[in-house]
Amino acid sequence: MRYLPKSPAERERMLAEIGAASIDDLFSTIPASHRLNRDLAVPRAQAESEIIDYFRAAGQKNATGYASFLGAGAYRHHRPVIIDSLVQRGEFLTSYTPYQAEIAQGTLQAIFEFQTMIAELTGMDVANASMYDGSTGAAEAVRMAMRVTGREKAVVAASVHPEYREVMATYARHQGLPISLVGYNPETGRIDQDALDAAVTQETAAVLVQSPNFFGVVEDIPAIAAIAHAKGALLIVSIAEAISLGVVRPPVEADIVSLEAQSFGVALSYGGPFCGVLAAKEQFVRQMPGRLVGQTVDSSGYRGFVLTLSTREQHIRREKATSNICTNQALVALMATIFLSVYGKEGIRELAEHNLAKADYAAKKLGSRPGAKLLFTGAPRFHEFVLQTEEAPAALAERLIENEIVGGVDLSRWYPELRNCTLWCATEVVTRAQIDAAASVLAARPVEA
Amino acid sequence: MTTDTITPASEANKKVRPHPTQNEALLFERSSPGKRAYKLAPLDVPAVDAKALLGEAHRSQSAQLPELSEIEIIRHFTRLSTWNYAIDLGMYPLGSCTMKYNPRVNEYVARIEGLAEAHPYRPDALAQGILEVIDLLQRCLIEITGMDAITLQPAAGAHGEFTGILLVRAWHESQGNPRKKILIPDSAHGTNPATAAICGYTVENLKSNAEGGIDLEALTRQVDEETAALMLTNPSTIGVFESQIAQIAEILHAKGALLYMDGANMNALVGKTRPGDFGVDVMHLNLHKTFSTPHGGGGPGSGPVACKAFLEPFLPIPVLVRKKGTEGPGTKGLDVGAPSFPLSSAERVGAHQLQQANLLAWNYDRPQSVGRVRAFYGNVGMFIRALAYILANGPDGLRQTTEDAVLNANYIRKKLEGIYDLPYKTASMHEVVFSDKRQAAKGVKTGEIAKRLIDYGFHPYTVSFPMIVHGALMIEPTESESLEELDLFIDAMRAIAKEVEQTPELVKSAPHSTRVGKMDEVLAARKPILRWAPAVRPNAR
Repeated sequence: MRYLPKSPAERERMLAEIGAASIDDLFSTIPASHRLNRDLAVPRAQAESEIIDYFRAAGQKNATGYASFLGAGAYRHHRPVIIDSLVQRGEFLTSYTPYQAEIAQGTLQAIFEFQTMIAELTGMDVANASMYDGSTGAAEAVRMAMRVTGREKAVVAASVHPEYREVMATYARHQGLPISLVGYNPETGRIDQDALDAAVTQETAAVLVQSPNFFGVVEDIPAIAAIAHAKGALLIVSIAEAISLGVVRPPVEADIVSLEAQSFGVALSYGGPFCGVLAAKEQFVRQMPGRLVGQTVDSSGYRGFVLTLSTREQHIRREKATSNICTNQALVALMATIFLSVYGKEGIRELAEHNLAKADYAAKKLGSRPGAKLLFTGAPRFHEFVLQTEEAPAALAERLIENEIVGGVDLSRWYPELRNCTLWCATEVVTRAQIDAAASVLAARPVEA
Repeated sequence: MTTDTITPASEANKKVRPHPTQNEALLFERSSPGKRAYKLAPLDVPAVDAKALLGEAHRSQSAQLPELSEIEIIRHFTRLSTWNYAIDLGMYPLGSCTMKYNPRVNEYVARIEGLAEAHPYRPDALAQGILEVIDLLQRCLIEITGMDAITLQPAAGAHGEFTGILLVRAWHESQGNPRKKILIPDSAHGTNPATAAICGYTVENLKSNAEGGIDLEALTRQVDEETAALMLTNPSTIGVFESQIAQIAEILHAKGALLYMDGANMNALVGKTRPGDFGVDVMHLNLHKTFSTPHGGGGPGSGPVACKAFLEPFLPIPVLVRKKGTEGPGTKGLDVGAPSFPLSSAERVGAHQLQQANLLAWNYDRPQSVGRVRAFYGNVGMFIRALAYILANGPDGLRQTTEDAVLNANYIRKKLEGIYDLPYKTASMHEVVFSDKRQAAKGVKTGEIAKRLIDYGFHPYTVSFPMIVHGALMIEPTESESLEELDLFIDAMRAIAKEVEQTPELVKSAPHSTRVGKMDEVLAARKPILRWAPAVRPNAR
């Protein structure tokens, strides 16, 4: 009970002050039949050293030290050390949502800086304070487009992260929002533009594509925007790999951008917490979900920051709010802000170029092994690529694991037509030696009898 | 007025003394070209021509990010941090937010390499350590709530509500009729009605009775065959346990409606009573409230949803299972007093071993599932912290924590009830709600009292909520406050009440001691400036 700052005598004194004979008096409103008159069946209290031992052992039981080519919406990049030094300052870590602006200027100014950086990177006018993650952000972006356009249908590319699409489907199901799926061009991996043109109608609220898409391919945003806008639909661009914005042209033709900012200094942590964020054209800001920080002045005329436009939000508007979102991902957004401060204008480009180089090397190396070939070579890509092998992905994965390498993600789970295809990712932390080792394993396929 | 009355003098205030905080401009204003805080490792593969590779998709113009050195970044964020109030600085009595101590060992273990760097698509066989952590947390939370099954996928409380109501809807659909409306008491948190609307339900308001609880007659009248569920916060937002909870559940169940519990106030119940034992069908927890994961200035949170067995088939995909049919997610776990620490040897497991018994794995084959509510598996980093908290406490510590939280709230109630109006006399649990009735008579409102509290070194309580109390002061001390800190808070509240009598203007113009004064919120909303641009550069301090 090392977290409880009271002695037994103090507890007795307080009970006496209250006029209660025992602590049970204070729980008398719970009917006796519902009281738990036994210990909870949870592990006994552990010493700090035991807790650390437990989690260390758990960490070691996960395969550490393996080379990894996993990406697919969760990316391993170097995290500058100062991120954890700074976000562990108690004033950031242990404060609440900054409703009391006078004693929360630190959090508020940092969020304002985050909003500015995200707007700059995405080419949008404004960005919000964060959403849960890229998947829920995409779902909220579609709902936002419905409110803006007054239309109730959405068109989504099949090359959007499959789990993002599943989340959108869950959100859409009870909103009377049909989502139609548009396939990809088998040569380029980009959205099939003819099919897109046919799918978008005067009832379409939004077209949602991901770029770089789930196959790592950069979409032709200007062309897609032209198709969407011709029918009065909004274009939403989902970006799962934020580092790409260092070198890939921002989707300035989009109306809304839904970004997953995990790559900006956020640990993989088995998939969360990550950091979603929505950015948009200024005219749509009042339909935006989530918190927004705005600049204003205080009573003496000094610059300060506040949560603003809160009439969009649930605590004011209740069932008429733009979203039910309340707690979001503030501390993770702070990590992203610090990350972007460290890399800055030049660093983010240089970092993105390193990713591009690693993936280019890996794609050429792996794609030129016997029995393997690269798919979707007809369009530019960032740091992921699809490899088709003669060998089944499960067998290949097992051979790689024997060599302490985790290879690409098997795509057949979501795309049955992509037989024997795996999605590989090479970021700046992957070494040439690891790529070469994976290529050797790939080439060393046992000859079938 | 002297400085001593504006900033409370030592007689009335033993907690704070003013000290300077440093000024700090925006990052963008401190930038100058050529400064760097990074260095990349030399490229060990051939460099590429990005423009040639990307063609028209190449970014020609760099984003205008700041250019700074490392020491400047450290100072920037350190200085900003000193402008925040935090639990680490003192009592943070925000009602319904449960601002308790965030143990540091939680932060330490969440950053252990094998956990923090685990990729979500790593094969299950290579992720047994993190899966065991998730499994143990699931079993602990099922035991604590008395429910049968759980999903940890929702990213926050409101997201948990969304998930829980989707379960309700899916179950009703499986019975042939999704039903039309959700009943929500007028004392509820705003996320409740917002959630119901997103799930395609209409919201019907349920008026509270004279004690601030559920009016059984009104409930009986309003529940019908089109009622999907009642969303109930228990203890309620005025900090009162619904003694008639079993009858409430019965009334709902008689009409085929379900009882959803908003677990925001679970800190009043852990180890003393279990929602699963008093008729709740589905509920969410806030790991960032009850289970000590940090609020972080507004997230990340985590909002697990626990349910009874009949709702289990509808849980979001994937669910964690034992590979060889030993235990499902719906199985009640844990032997009494027998901690499950199976991690004595840290051997590595290969993919071929996944076929063997007792390995944990994700199951996606759930035809009745409501679908996915988030990519991957949830805010796993928060699961690690919450489990560390449960392990640090054990059954005795969890019970004592609840008792101390309730003891603290009742102590404050006792010490302030003669001074501030107590609209509901019902026994308080973990929080107490006063009204500003007496002070409003002098022209001073709850929001102003709250701002004055800042001058005394405390974070304000929750203002003007719940809405059933006019001018509410909602105070939740949590278990983390010592008797000394509570007494300082009580002294401050008493001193402010005296100021309301003697120098009301002093209170109305508060805070006086902060580095910025009251913000012009109207200006912020009328002409929103939501990002920095070189032109927008007023009187920076």
